[in-house]
Amino acid sequence: MKPARDKRPVIVETQNLAMHFGGVRAVDQVDFTLFDKELRCLIGPNGAGKSTFFKCLTGQLVPSAGKVIIRDGETTGFEPHEIASLGVGIKTQVPNVFDGLTVDENIWLSARRWHAAKRARAVVAETIERLQLGDIRREMVGRLAHGQRQWVELGMVVAAEPWLVLLDEPAAGMTHDETARTADLIKEINTQAALIVVEHDMQFIRMISKQVTVFHEGRVLMEDTMDAISKDKRAREVYLGNRA
Amino acid sequence: MTGGNTGMRPVLIFALIGTVFMFGAPYVLQLFTIINLTTAIALAVLALSLALVWGFGGILCFGQVAFFGLGAYAYTMGAINFGGSTWAILVAILVSSAFAAILGYFVFFGRVSDVYLGVITLTVTLIFFSLIRRTSGPEFKIGIAQIGGFNGVTSPPLNLPWDTSSFLFPEQVFYVAMAALILCYVFCGWLMNTHFGRVCVGIRENELRAELLGYDSRLYKLGIFTISAGIAAIGGVLFCNGVGRITPDVFNLYNAALTIIWVIVGGRGTLIGPIAATFGLFYLTSALGGQSTLNNNLVLGVILIFFVLLVPKGVAPTITDWVARRRRPRKASRRARRTMRRDEGSNA
Ligand SMILES: Nc1ncnc2c1ncn2[C@@H]1O[C@H](COP(=O)(O)OP(=O)(O)O)[C@@H](O)[C@H]1O
Ligand SMILES: [Mg+2]
Repeated sequence: MKPARDKRPVIVETQNLAMHFGGVRAVDQVDFTLFDKELRCLIGPNGAGKSTFFKCLTGQLVPSAGKVIIRDGETTGFEPHEIASLGVGIKTQVPNVFDGLTVDENIWLSARRWHAAKRARAVVAETIERLQLGDIRREMVGRLAHGQRQWVELGMVVAAEPWLVLLDEPAAGMTHDETARTADLIKEINTQAALIVVEHDMQFIRMISKQVTVFHEGRVLMEDTMDAISKDKRAREVYLGNRA
Repeated sequence: MTGGNTGMRPVLIFALIGTVFMFGAPYVLQLFTIINLTTAIALAVLALSLALVWGFGGILCFGQVAFFGLGAYAYTMGAINFGGSTWAILVAILVSSAFAAILGYFVFFGRVSDVYLGVITLTVTLIFFSLIRRTSGPEFKIGIAQIGGFNGVTSPPLNLPWDTSSFLFPEQVFYVAMAALILCYVFCGWLMNTHFGRVCVGIRENELRAELLGYDSRLYKLGIFTISAGIAAIGGVLFCNGVGRITPDVFNLYNAALTIIWVIVGGRGTLIGPIAATFGLFYLTSALGGQSTLNNNLVLGVILIFFVLLVPKGVAPTITDWVARRRRPRKASRRARRTMRRDEGSNA
């Protein structure tokens, strides 16, 4: 059931979603709803099934059972390029960038997917400016530090001007400064688009989140504000107890 | 590896050098050398086609000679049947590209992994080899043209467009071959600077990322595979004109491997490298052919091992790196060394 608290349209929905690897129920019976312009964090201990759930949304995995609905259409079993072509920006947990190409070229390939040549060049310039990649724009991405590569990938997401953004651990391996900037960027993206952010770092989640979904052993344990979750006994037991 | 978007300037410079050579060579070289050169040019077109699909598309096609040989056979059969070469050239390009499109459709849309693509293309090549070898009898013919089995068939020479009585002399065939090589080279250089070409390079670098940006990688791979087969067919047409006949040996394992060697030596991610390597190795093997102290294949093998171990990026990228390093001497050299090490790892 959709809670009555929100009048905005639902843009992502999963019904009874499941992903099983042999006997491992990585995702099991997940009913999930995301509203337009919402910023949602997915948290949970390692192996809780967050990335697997994420991959079912992005088309990297075909779920064993259940449905994925994005906007008005069912997207279960879509290819990743079909999901992206709906206007969805995606960043995976393991950075996926074009290592042998320059920062410029990486971002251009994203912008050019949506815009004619001239406009694409303008979008690249804007994105480089916005993410402060100007100093390294002609460098090969493969030669950059981990945090910078993450930023290039975020740049590719931003350059596509998506209406829905899916990020799997965007701040992983970043320095404190970079993490804070990423949080700012996410809030900025949220003025235009809805987001689902998978995260590990509680500090980071406190910086950005409103509504949080807790995953545990492939299922949704609870869904609430960060404050409520940090007070909840069950959530503390599975996750927060040893961390926050 | 080098990216797509490098601009047209280097391409046009090499095209200009090629054009000067094309008009100058017949004045300084003997006819025998010119005829030999025509064959080398045909092979260079083949190398170019593999440089495109492997070096830029990231698709290791072990059987690029299949499209080359198919083009040569289609040209020969067509020219005998039509009594002229003009339509035969078009038929050759079409037959090869169409065959590649069908094969590529099953491979790419079936999401066959990259390793198997190499195996499949090589197998197809060897199937052609043994099938055509068995077509010696008079019952094996296409239209009025005998396929000729392991002896092959004599290829009718090129004629002026739609003028079947004016055959081209060897010098003129040389001009045609050289012009075709230059045009194919400029075309490939241009293609790699288009949106299509740059996406192909992106897919080579990271297919999942390209998909996550909304590009259907299967279509791009199919596209570059088909185009490269068409270019290989042009090489095949030139080859059977240079040699004067076509035999099933074109499909043998030695030739399939040789094509790969040209691209490894010349360097993946460049177009001019494999072309230059083809000429270099062609003349090296011709020179070695005149003596009997050293075995030809042994020398080729040693060269291949030398490059794989010591110049893994190939000649052209190594030169480009070296020039870039001299221009930015400070921190660049350390960085280049680091990349080199990484590339070695990924090429192993
Ligand atoms: N491709 C796979 N094959 C088998 N098991 C997998 C695969 N991917 C994930 N798993 C398993 O599914 C569970 C959830 O993993 P994952 O979704 O990566 O968790 P999280 O992202 O929350 O850390 C883990 O037990 C993991 O080992
Ligand atoms: Mg994960």
